[in-house]
Amino acid sequence: MQIESPAFKENARIALHDVDLQKALGNLKAGFPTKRAAAIERMPEFDSLRDEAMQLKNHIIENLDLYLEQFEENVTKQGGHVHWARTSDDACKTILDICRQVGAKTVTKGKSMVSEEVNLNEYLEANGVTPVETDLGEYILQLRGDHPSHIIAPAIHLNLEDVTEAFHEHHGRPRSSDPAVLMQEAREMLREKFVAADVGITGANFCVAETGSTIIVTNEGNGDLTQTLPKTHIVITSIEKVVPTLEDMTLFQRLLARSATGQEFTVYNTLSTGPRRADDQDGPENFHVVLVDNGRSEMVGSEFQDMLRCIRCSACMNHCPVYGSVGGHSYGWVYPGPMGSVLTPKMIGIEKAGLLPNASTFCGKCESVCPVRIPLPKLMRHWREDEFSKHLSPKAARWGLGGWAFFAKRPSLYRLLSKGANRALRLMAGKKGRVTKLPLAGGWTDWRDMPAPSGKTFMEQYKQQQR
Amino acid sequence: MQTSAKRHQVGLFVTCLVDMFRPSIGFATIKLLESAGCDVNVPSTQTCCGQPAFNSGDKATSIDIAKQTIEAFDGFEYVVGPSGSCISMLHHYPELFAESDPWHARATALKGRAYEITSFLTDVLNFDDILASYEGVATYHDSCSGLRELGVKQQPRTLLAKVANLSLNEMEESETCCGFGGTFCVKYPDISNRMVENKSANIDASGANTLLGGDLGCLLNMAGKLKRQGHAIEVRHIVEVLAGMTDEPAIGDANYNLGKAV
Ligand code: SF4
Repeated sequence: MQIESPAFKENARIALHDVDLQKALGNLKAGFPTKRAAAIERMPEFDSLRDEAMQLKNHIIENLDLYLEQFEENVTKQGGHVHWARTSDDACKTILDICRQVGAKTVTKGKSMVSEEVNLNEYLEANGVTPVETDLGEYILQLRGDHPSHIIAPAIHLNLEDVTEAFHEHHGRPRSSDPAVLMQEAREMLREKFVAADVGITGANFCVAETGSTIIVTNEGNGDLTQTLPKTHIVITSIEKVVPTLEDMTLFQRLLARSATGQEFTVYNTLSTGPRRADDQDGPENFHVVLVDNGRSEMVGSEFQDMLRCIRCSACMNHCPVYGSVGGHSYGWVYPGPMGSVLTPKMIGIEKAGLLPNASTFCGKCESVCPVRIPLPKLMRHWREDEFSKHLSPKAARWGLGGWAFFAKRPSLYRLLSKGANRALRLMAGKKGRVTKLPLAGGWTDWRDMPAPSGKTFMEQYKQQQR
Repeated sequence: MQTSAKRHQVGLFVTCLVDMFRPSIGFATIKLLESAGCDVNVPSTQTCCGQPAFNSGDKATSIDIAKQTIEAFDGFEYVVGPSGSCISMLHHYPELFAESDPWHARATALKGRAYEITSFLTDVLNFDDILASYEGVATYHDSCSGLRELGVKQQPRTLLAKVANLSLNEMEESETCCGFGGTFCVKYPDISNRMVENKSANIDASGANTLLGGDLGCLLNMAGKLKRQGHAIEVRHIVEVLAGMTDEPAIGDANYNLGKAV
């Protein structure tokens, strides 16, 4: 996927005027947050589970190497293989190698954001292996040559009409706007692919160290067909997904479903433990897990360590007023919203992603809904500090800040400055009580008036009263 | 009222926006504090809480301003301000210093004494002896920092319930950010605009004729939008209403007495 994060502002401007997108975002806002709130209402212990989950995650991160080794050991014991991928490239190469070993022409894929992160589809395609997305949302996006705009509802930016058009164009059947008909159509198309695929690739929501299992949670069941029908199952996931025990996993499952979609439990919770055994009814002959690092291990012990707690529930973006205004594509890379504004700079560099951690009012809504209590605003602020110390923030902003700081640190000069500005604003406002056009502050006055000061500064008036 | 011997010694953190744009908020805060049994002083070495620097990643400046503020309010029993956002910033000061740094302890002490005005009156002083009257239907915007960092939600409503003739119509999404966000509103003006448009629609739909809130930054933003859109809704800081000081035109409204004031 092309990196478009440096164009965040332009992307956002276009998105704000995209009527169809705004309609779709309206549906999102009305959907997930309402359902989450209702689910939590029904679970009084939700907040204490969050504390528990946070502590458990912290423990896991502090012992990450240990649990990962245990996981590897147990996958191997079950007859599977674990591959360590330091970079995106490593991950893609490893997967291509496996595909080549088994002579794969087509692979079916369940939804996986890590595979988006490493740009797997393009890589496979460029090397003669055809990936077929089987998650309905991802399938629609693939037909359209589009990318996910949300981490659990990848096609949330589309409306029904878009699906109608995409299916009509690619399936060559009459147009339908009946969701049931469209669903049936997708099913029929995908059945063939499921049967023909040589390899099935899925992500994993969690990796269980004590059993060497991986789990996917989905609402469509496509993941089950993806991983059980082909001869080879490859799981691509990232190192921070490991949890010690099955019981620990259930804690996160409870939080994940409620935080994401407001469900008590996701519909399909499918565990994979090694390849098919002699008395198993189904399952793949080969089982591989590709564990992607991509900068994550560097986050351990850094000021961004808390971010490794993320369980990819999407609550932060579902509740973010900025995401809700501009949609996921504006962020210009794989992970959008508040969690993306913290992760993206780590993965593509702050030089390219600097606009993302700045695109927040720090309203704190994201942190307040995060099931593992990630202090997202604080982490975004760390990026701003990084940017500032590397002199990457825009010159005009730095100068403005520097000028302001000079006065703010000198109270008596500051009094003079505020007195002057106070007079200037009042003169500009005249009798109207507000300024409609302010030089250097077009960002404000293009959209709203600037209320004028109501009189002399507080400090002036207070001093007069004290005399 | 308490005897003067027992009166709390409060330092008023004016906030830079109140100083510059709307002194009446500062005076209303003083009036409320005095009627609740406090002696109020305004240290002249205060400027801004430092939030613009802090949120722009300029840690060195944030530290300088934090030290200046800590020193300005040394010796006060409490530090109270008419802004959840600026008081939250004071609560962030300990993060700026290493735990071994003596400033860390001083910052932590300040944090323990610093309160947003409605929370101070309600949670600390248990004061609700509001004698004001306000003819109107109000709606209340919960500003983000006060709400999520300081837990200010019920306090303003408890106090407003004591105001004669005032009724409260809650708007939809009163807890959703108005899009001000300090420098955010000029760095990302069109996103900020969308957020404040959503807010003004909710304010309008509430049927209220007055918008109240506890943070002047947000109020300037919302008033600026409402006025640009031609709404007649009056925008005021909650302390103006609680202190019965609503003679002055509302935020962004006309009739400022320019000649006399300059
Ligand atoms: S940061 Fe928190 S809220 Fe956002 S996706 Fe991750 S776990 Fe969910």
